[in-house]
Amino acid sequence: MYAKQASALPAAAIRPPGALPEDDFLAACVRCGLCVRDCPYDTLKLAELGDNVATGTPYFEARRIPCEMCEDIPCVVACPTGALDRALTDIGKAKMGLAVLIDQENCLNFLGLRCDVCYRVCPVIDKAITLERMHNPRSDRHAMLLPTVHSEYCTGCGKCEQACVLPGESAIKVLPIKLAQGSKAEHYLRGWEEKEAAGQSLIGDQVELPVRGLEDKAYGDTRVRPGEGPQAPAQAPDYVPAQPAGGGLDSGWKP
Amino acid sequence: MSAQSTAGGVPERKVPPNSIRGAAMRGVVARPGHEAVEVKGWLRAHKWLLLRRASQLGILALFLVGPWLGWWIVKGNLASSLTLGVLPLTDPFLIAQQFAAGQWPYQEALLGGGIVLAFYLLFGGRLFCSWVCPVNIVTDAAAWLRRRLGLKGGKAPAANTRYWLLGFVLVIAAATGSLAWEWVNPVSMFHRGLIFGFGLAWGIVGGIFFYDLLIAPRGWCGHLCPQGAFYALLGRASVVKVSADKRSACNDCMDCFAVCPEPQVIRPALKGVGQDHPLILDADCTTCGRCVDVCGKDVFRITTRFNRSES
Repeated sequence: MYAKQASALPAAAIRPPGALPEDDFLAACVRCGLCVRDCPYDTLKLAELGDNVATGTPYFEARRIPCEMCEDIPCVVACPTGALDRALTDIGKAKMGLAVLIDQENCLNFLGLRCDVCYRVCPVIDKAITLERMHNPRSDRHAMLLPTVHSEYCTGCGKCEQACVLPGESAIKVLPIKLAQGSKAEHYLRGWEEKEAAGQSLIGDQVELPVRGLEDKAYGDTRVRPGEGPQAPAQAPDYVPAQPAGGGLDSGWKP
Repeated sequence: MSAQSTAGGVPERKVPPNSIRGAAMRGVVARPGHEAVEVKGWLRAHKWLLLRRASQLGILALFLVGPWLGWWIVKGNLASSLTLGVLPLTDPFLIAQQFAAGQWPYQEALLGGGIVLAFYLLFGGRLFCSWVCPVNIVTDAAAWLRRRLGLKGGKAPAANTRYWLLGFVLVIAAATGSLAWEWVNPVSMFHRGLIFGFGLAWGIVGGIFFYDLLIAPRGWCGHLCPQGAFYALLGRASVVKVSADKRSACNDCMDCFAVCPEPQVIRPALKGVGQDHPLILDADCTTCGRCVDVCGKDVFRITTRFNRSES
């Protein structure tokens, strides 16, 4: 039970780049601290007893000091046991965690302001974080530029979390990928992706069925302009509602 | 054997008054080593102790001058280290646990582990315990205080508990697929704590101190520590050994038994029980040399396992 508890990494603790999956990591890491010593930015530290991270293993807290994504990845090179996998040679491919814009209520960009700090500091700017333009329904006349993380490119370095201008907790946080990401729905084929991969639609051209009254319009265009569509017959209506006695608003009805 | 044939007594030797036996006869708290200090002088009566502390603190200092002063001689800690950027050293106890957990480390760790393994196989497994391990200072302090306070009794677990614990450490590593023992291992935790920061690890070190002081005499290093058990297994055929080569001069003051962290290893050599040579070949002996220091008659000396001579 203790082992299970201890092997569950708290969400704010991020392993160094190239770290094996947590189970294997705890079998491989001898807690020597050589990665800590070779980290030029004092990002990494060894867990002390009471830190909620397996005692003696290396981790960092992005809000405090994030990973600076050194190109030569000295921490991985320093690891003598393979707990940090030397197969990782391109820091851009690191997956330390995944940034999540977790608080949309306090994020300034979500409030309609142009903070953009997380986007600006991202070492993989315009790939890992993009600004997506949306209509601002509150003012109804402005745009919101929403920082949006793309898991394909995010390394989990935590620069965004550290830079977030909010006092105290950050609105964007790096979380363990397992916490941050849902599982892919494998049974659901994304038609647009399949189409792109195949170069054409997998199910061929669609049969276009005519829509009564909308003939001669582009397929799917269901807008009805004045004078189009089925016209009302010119004959007199079958039914005429009874006129209230006395006219006016007061029907004079009494119980 | 001729030296022992007189035991039971005709040449009654004078027992030093402050030795274990002398003090017991007078009913006061013993000061083992008191006679040695009088005979040899304080410095010579603490020669091996001082050398050992210098070794322990020196090794610790090598690790600490990096983070403290920026002189990076050794990086890492006793679990695995890199000296001057070239020499990898890794604790074979950790590599054994890794194997049990099903991990195959990189070459540096294997090479470093091999170097350390070869050193202790050759020179003496438990040299690690008495000359390197920082916990030794803690348990020695507890044992010293125990003697000074005249605390008697207590209940230590069987001395082979550590071998069972060693087996348990490897089994639990295999069962959990992780270095489970390293979550609580006080030995690595203490050394790492001194270099990288403690957190609550002080509690564990304090726990060992008070366990040794109040509950079990020499309880941790002498009965429980699986890391010590691992190194004891390494030292079965090692070269450096303590010899009671002047055992004929022994005046039965019992001081060596009082200061020895593994007193059961002395008797076969000193009293010729079950062996005729004066070498302490028991792998539990840490070759700390304290028996050499406290003996006023210079019975013991540190030599090699090939030297079975007696003088």
